[in-house]
Amino acid sequence: MVRRLSFDGRRRFVVSAFVVGAALLVWRAVYLQLTETDVLQGHGADRYLRTVELPAHRGTITDRHNEPLAVSTPVSSVGVIPSKLTQVRGRWPALARALGISGQELSAFVQSRLERRFVLLRRHVPPELAEEVMRLDIDGVELRQEVHRYYPAGEVTAHCVGFTDIDDNGQEGIELAYDEHLRGVSGSKRVIQDLNGHVVENVESVRAPQPGRDLALSIDKRIQYVAYRELKAAVREHQARAGSMVVLDTQTGEVLAAVNQPSYNPNNRKQLRAGYFRNRALTDTFEPGSTIKPFTIASALESGAIGVKTMIDTGPGTLRVGRHTVRDLHDYGLLDATGIISKSSNVGITKIAISLEPGQLWGMLAGLGFGAATGSGFPGEAVGRLQHYAAWRTIDNATLGFGYGLSVTALQLASAYLAFANDGMVLPVSLTRLPERHTGRRVMSRSSAQTVRGMLEAAVRQGTGALARITGYRVAGKTGTVHKLARGGGYAEDRYVSLFAGMIPASQPRLIAVTMIDEPARGEHFGGQVAAPVFARVMRDATRLLDIPPDDIAPLLPQNEQFLTRVHTADLPPVIRP
Amino acid sequence: MTRILCPLLVGLVVITSLAITLTRHQSRKLFVELQALEQRHDAMNDEWGRLQLEQATLGTHGRIEERARSALNMTMPSVTDVIIVTD
Repeated sequence: MVRRLSFDGRRRFVVSAFVVGAALLVWRAVYLQLTETDVLQGHGADRYLRTVELPAHRGTITDRHNEPLAVSTPVSSVGVIPSKLTQVRGRWPALARALGISGQELSAFVQSRLERRFVLLRRHVPPELAEEVMRLDIDGVELRQEVHRYYPAGEVTAHCVGFTDIDDNGQEGIELAYDEHLRGVSGSKRVIQDLNGHVVENVESVRAPQPGRDLALSIDKRIQYVAYRELKAAVREHQARAGSMVVLDTQTGEVLAAVNQPSYNPNNRKQLRAGYFRNRALTDTFEPGSTIKPFTIASALESGAIGVKTMIDTGPGTLRVGRHTVRDLHDYGLLDATGIISKSSNVGITKIAISLEPGQLWGMLAGLGFGAATGSGFPGEAVGRLQHYAAWRTIDNATLGFGYGLSVTALQLASAYLAFANDGMVLPVSLTRLPERHTGRRVMSRSSAQTVRGMLEAAVRQGTGALARITGYRVAGKTGTVHKLARGGGYAEDRYVSLFAGMIPASQPRLIAVTMIDEPARGEHFGGQVAAPVFARVMRDATRLLDIPPDDIAPLLPQNEQFLTRVHTADLPPVIRP
Repeated sequence: MTRILCPLLVGLVVITSLAITLTRHQSRKLFVELQALEQRHDAMNDEWGRLQLEQATLGTHGRIEERARSALNMTMPSVTDVIIVTD
């Protein structure tokens, strides 16, 4: 008889084991579903979801007529994934050749960054090169989109605009001063990626990128160009060390042009000396010399120390003040204030200056903004130096009267001349285009300002500034020739700064320009010879560009009348020739 | 009461679930479309920037002046060439 074996016990045991096992699994699944969902989903998403940064455009910098001066455009950078690249060493020579680097360089670069997930190998490459690299189709080589800043006007606006570093952060000039304004806020979005890191689908936008705001400068690119061209030519002609020129709009105080030599190309900044980056018109100070004399006269007129007709004896051309001797080029004899300005007599101005209360001249100069920031907000702008009169000796009153013992920037000097151009009112200067005109501040009376402007006109018509004359316009201005400080103290005999500060048209000035040429080395060094011609050449073009009508048309008319008579006598139809 | 309410609710659930799927799908589609448009916008923006740059580079005053003087033989009119009209 076959013993009937009963496996009931065993069966029950196995079944219950399965049931318990299944129950455990279900319970675990429910537990995970209920309590750990977020964590686990997150882990899952990590395998395929990526957050990608969306770069934001930096704002464009333009001139006052919206001509671009700094523009950001996207460029490609070549990056590598070291872990992948090490598996295809056979392709390295091809990659190195395409990028123009040696095999060792590439090898060293990758070997030292093995633990990194992704590194940029060559940044901001030209589009053709990027295409060539991608055609090689090497595993582990990728392109990354970045933005590069271009400066279409190049060296002409280099100092004002400044530049950014490779990561688009402002480094110099306006790019630095208005970095916050120009900078965009980068956004991000979530995407689904496959195993090789290619984007399969855009899921959602996390944060939209906010592009930076644009900025319009007060610069007029056309005038800037003319000023740059003429300054460069003058600095070369006179073999000068450096030079600056500032052009101001008298009605708004806006800077229409600010140029310097030496300059640099902001698009290619390799092999550059730091000195080339300085916006000398705003950051470098010099003693203003004779260009201060008009303010001394204005101060004397205001206080009643002299009148327009007061005659001053400047003979014999020298004057002792304390232990110092003040000299003129010639003995000019008896001069009135107009004569002192147009001949630029040091003796005459010294006599006037020491007759003034110390506080008077100081108050005038401080009110004009010397020794204080102009408020342009430019990084590294110099404030210059104007010592308080409490610390003065007699000689200081005299030296200050002809522009020594204080230091100014070209921009400060130009902004001080606003007082003569605007009938005694000065305006804050601005490097950005102003939405509306600022209200001015009175620093001298209308009549003094107009009187001195007449003297400045005489200085150009028949005095030291003759080379600043422009046919068709009345020009007012003052030359300056300043001895530079010697290294061992005192003044150097053979090193000068040549200056000219002027305005046009003198009947109702629209433009002010200050030209500064540092150490002309070709023999000529007087402001009237070196700096004044630059003023004339720039203003001739600027008046044409801005359509400023001539205020002295007499010299222009005779030809006109002759021409018209010619037409009549020839009995031609009244057609103007082309 | 429940005999009417139950199927009604079930029906509503079915309808809303279908509607959810539909809107989900539509929102996906629209997002993709938005992305495509944004990409086009960006591409056009880039293109515009490049064109602006190109224009500015070609229109550099130095270049224009040089071309006008050498290639086109132009000169600045002198004072005697200007006729002033007065009234």
